[in-house]
Amino acid sequence: MIRTTPFHERTSALNETGLWEHWSNHLAAVRYSPSEKFEYFAVRNSAGLFDSSPLYKYRIAGPDAERFLGGVLVRDIRACRPGHAQYTAWCDDRGFVVEDGVVLRLGREEFLLTAAEPNLDYFERLIGRLDVGIEEVTDRWAVLAVQGPRARALLGALTSDVEALPYFGLTSTRIGKVPVMVSRTGYTGDLGYEIWVPAADALKVWDAVWQASRGQGVLPIGMTALYMARIEAGLVLLDVDFHSSRFAWTDADRTTPTELGLGWMLRNLDADDREFIGRDAIARELRDGTSRWRLGGLIVDWRDYDRIYDAAGLVPPKDHTPIHDEYYVYDDELNQLGYATSQMYSPMLQRHIALARVPLDRSTPGSRVKLELAVSHRYEYFDAEVARLPLFNPARRTA
Amino acid sequence: MPKTTAKAPAKPAKAPAKPARQARSAKATTKADRTYDAIVIGGGHNGLTNAAYLAKAGKKVLVLERRHIVGGAAITEELRPGFWFTTFSYALSLLRPDIIHELELTKHGFMPILMPSTFCPMEDGNYLLLTQDHGENLKEIARHSPRDADAYEAFNHDVGKVCQAIKPLLDMVPPDIFSDDPEELIALAALGSRFKKLEKKVLHDAVRLLTGSAADFLDDYFESDVLKGYMASSSIIGTKVGPYSQGSGLVLLYHLLGEHDGEFGAWAFHKRGNGGFTQVLARAAESFGVEIRLESPVENVITSNGRATGVALADGTEFLAPVVVSALDPRRTFLELVEPRELPTDLVDTIERFRFQGTSAKVNFALDGYPEYPALPGRTDQYRGFTNIGPSMEYLERAFDDGKYGWYSKRPYLDCAIQSAVDPDMAPPGKAVLSSFVQYAPYHLRESDWDTEKENLGDTVQAVLESFFPGFGDLVLQREVRTPLDIERTVGLSEGNIFAGEFLAPQMFFFRPAPGWSQYRTPIDGYYQCGSGTHPGGCVMGAPGKLAAGQILKDLRKN
Repeated sequence: MIRTTPFHERTSALNETGLWEHWSNHLAAVRYSPSEKFEYFAVRNSAGLFDSSPLYKYRIAGPDAERFLGGVLVRDIRACRPGHAQYTAWCDDRGFVVEDGVVLRLGREEFLLTAAEPNLDYFERLIGRLDVGIEEVTDRWAVLAVQGPRARALLGALTSDVEALPYFGLTSTRIGKVPVMVSRTGYTGDLGYEIWVPAADALKVWDAVWQASRGQGVLPIGMTALYMARIEAGLVLLDVDFHSSRFAWTDADRTTPTELGLGWMLRNLDADDREFIGRDAIARELRDGTSRWRLGGLIVDWRDYDRIYDAAGLVPPKDHTPIHDEYYVYDDELNQLGYATSQMYSPMLQRHIALARVPLDRSTPGSRVKLELAVSHRYEYFDAEVARLPLFNPARRTA
Repeated sequence: MPKTTAKAPAKPAKAPAKPARQARSAKATTKADRTYDAIVIGGGHNGLTNAAYLAKAGKKVLVLERRHIVGGAAITEELRPGFWFTTFSYALSLLRPDIIHELELTKHGFMPILMPSTFCPMEDGNYLLLTQDHGENLKEIARHSPRDADAYEAFNHDVGKVCQAIKPLLDMVPPDIFSDDPEELIALAALGSRFKKLEKKVLHDAVRLLTGSAADFLDDYFESDVLKGYMASSSIIGTKVGPYSQGSGLVLLYHLLGEHDGEFGAWAFHKRGNGGFTQVLARAAESFGVEIRLESPVENVITSNGRATGVALADGTEFLAPVVVSALDPRRTFLELVEPRELPTDLVDTIERFRFQGTSAKVNFALDGYPEYPALPGRTDQYRGFTNIGPSMEYLERAFDDGKYGWYSKRPYLDCAIQSAVDPDMAPPGKAVLSSFVQYAPYHLRESDWDTEKENLGDTVQAVLESFFPGFGDLVLQREVRTPLDIERTVGLSEGNIFAGEFLAPQMFFFRPAPGWSQYRTPIDGYYQCGSGTHPGGCVMGAPGKLAAGQILKDLRKN
């Protein structure tokens, strides 16, 4: 049976299109209005409201919770003090990424971890003799993401506690008299927050946020607008840009943090004394330089793009619809170098962009590659340049 | 020897967020300080574009702007606290995409926001509302005429083909048909061969549009008055023609050639309006090293032995450069900045006959809230694009009838945009700004003048809005009327023509602004033109500025 989120009563009234995606078997609006691009612009120019509730959530608590997560997560959880959050990943013992997620540190011994897919069995088997409990609390929390340049002022009008909240900060506060948690996190690469609300109070909080945002260009945004923003922001998506190492059939479908562009998570590995799962393999990979590729951004050469379409007698399409599919990347001699996993035309960057896996010697920003795309029923090879992620990175995101 | 002292920084340390921020440069004291590779007169979008391209090629460039703000007619002003008005130019479509890329505008805040709807109220209270949902649009059109739904598809297909064929002309220097230079002959032959390759229907459609009336073309496809009224509105903008006039097809085609993210005929609203856009352009120009001096009105171009050597400001200050570029309109470029005596008589004659006859005005409103359309109670999403008050071709033509005989329309055509619905930074929360382009408002009024009629025009426009949106007047917090005379006085566009010269066939392409002078040069060596009075013409397109820079750099390489 298909489920709905705690915000559904409001989101369903707002969804003019009747289009829904299934996200973890919950209804999630594809777009609310005839234009997902306008919703995307709400995120980049005002604020978008996105219902993130279907994310899997685990409460990890107990005297050994920190030790447990220290041994499981790639990033050092000890650096994440109460009142903070961390974007992190967990790996298998061969150093391949199982999944990524955000961990909120609610207290010294209490954490909330998000994941795209079920992970309870995986985590529980790793507890061993540690004094820690793991509980799935997915349905207990509704999550409302408020993303965009107006997000701070908008929430600031509802609670003063967010004004000074730093990037990846976490605070307990009240919105519309409801006790909530607010984290400065999101999946858009913009200034943004996520409000964690006990499910029963979801509508009260939605109404308070909705009321405070009227007349300011704030819109509910659907999955398509979110995907647009996340590609520009270089934020990876499970089963699109990578696969869980647990369920991959071959290593070709597995990826290490470095390969996934998450090498920054390992920056202090030498100073980190933890024995987390995958550490040895990761250290070996770094030492021996055995990473097979690195996920980076691609920016398609606009002249080449227009030229190829013109030559085919077509008007060069500039379609913002995110494409979650594989497209191959070549060198000048048309030897395959790697592949793109997500692509779109970026209205903010005014270019066709992609997230792509390219070999390390081609991963330096500015490296030239060719992206294969079909034009008029045949493959053509478009000049593209490797670029650092995030491709769109406004100062307000972290300021 | 002249010494360089206290050289003005080419680029401000930090670009402030608010517009009108180009600093008045430190006083130029020595001749070296006042010497440049090129001086651009006029900091409108074409002047800035031209300067940016020249600077990008390594030239030391000075832009001299008469006003306290760059942008020319593309400015946004906070006329009431929290309310931002696009005083004149109000949307973006024809801007050449290559300029966005080559001048790296996205690094400086370029942000063309989609306008996702078009709303066409009707006099009987009905409406046509087009959105980004193509299937819904066909149903909405079918509500007015079932035949027009697929005719709409056919129209878009046919016109798209014409746009594809014509578009390259916007990005090329017109060949000089009066020259025997082999390079020009080759260019002309290439142009001919391009058209020869077109399908018969596409070429015929192109000629019909370029020479005929919008009404004839639209009547071939549609029967719905409101759809035709909406379509035909693009055939009269800024031009003294009605939809039934021969020549309106050209204006229609011109506007259909605009694009937003690759979609022909689509418009965008730049963050903070077109003034926001010209601020981005100024930042880009400065990043290439362009120096911008505000409040520096140029009195004349200095010439010596038939070539330009610099410019003199109204206060007597002189700046020197072997290249001087006028971004002003042809009348000012040829008849005011230089002496007509220095020019061939036939050129002076042509420019004197060049048609300006501005026919558009703006009335901008600060509103206490969003107007309500009775048939769409409680809704405001229809205001996220243009609101087109031109419900039939007859309505437009009757508005033209008044204009034809030297008076402003009793029921004018209005191209409205409630810009705060697209960019909330244009007005305080819950409030609105409405930009209303008004036509017809001829520059030359019969038996009156614009200083007398200005507020009467404002009342006329407000009355029309009241008739479609009952209660509109109660929302008005402030009204700003900008007549063609205001456009001329404020921006400097002769007779208030928004395109720096009419879009009439004898004033286009080979002949813009004058036969033999369509390649951005002038008879005075080192003196160039880059304004909208040159090919391909007006609108916030930037092509004249870019193409002129290409010619200047080519000439500099030759010399």
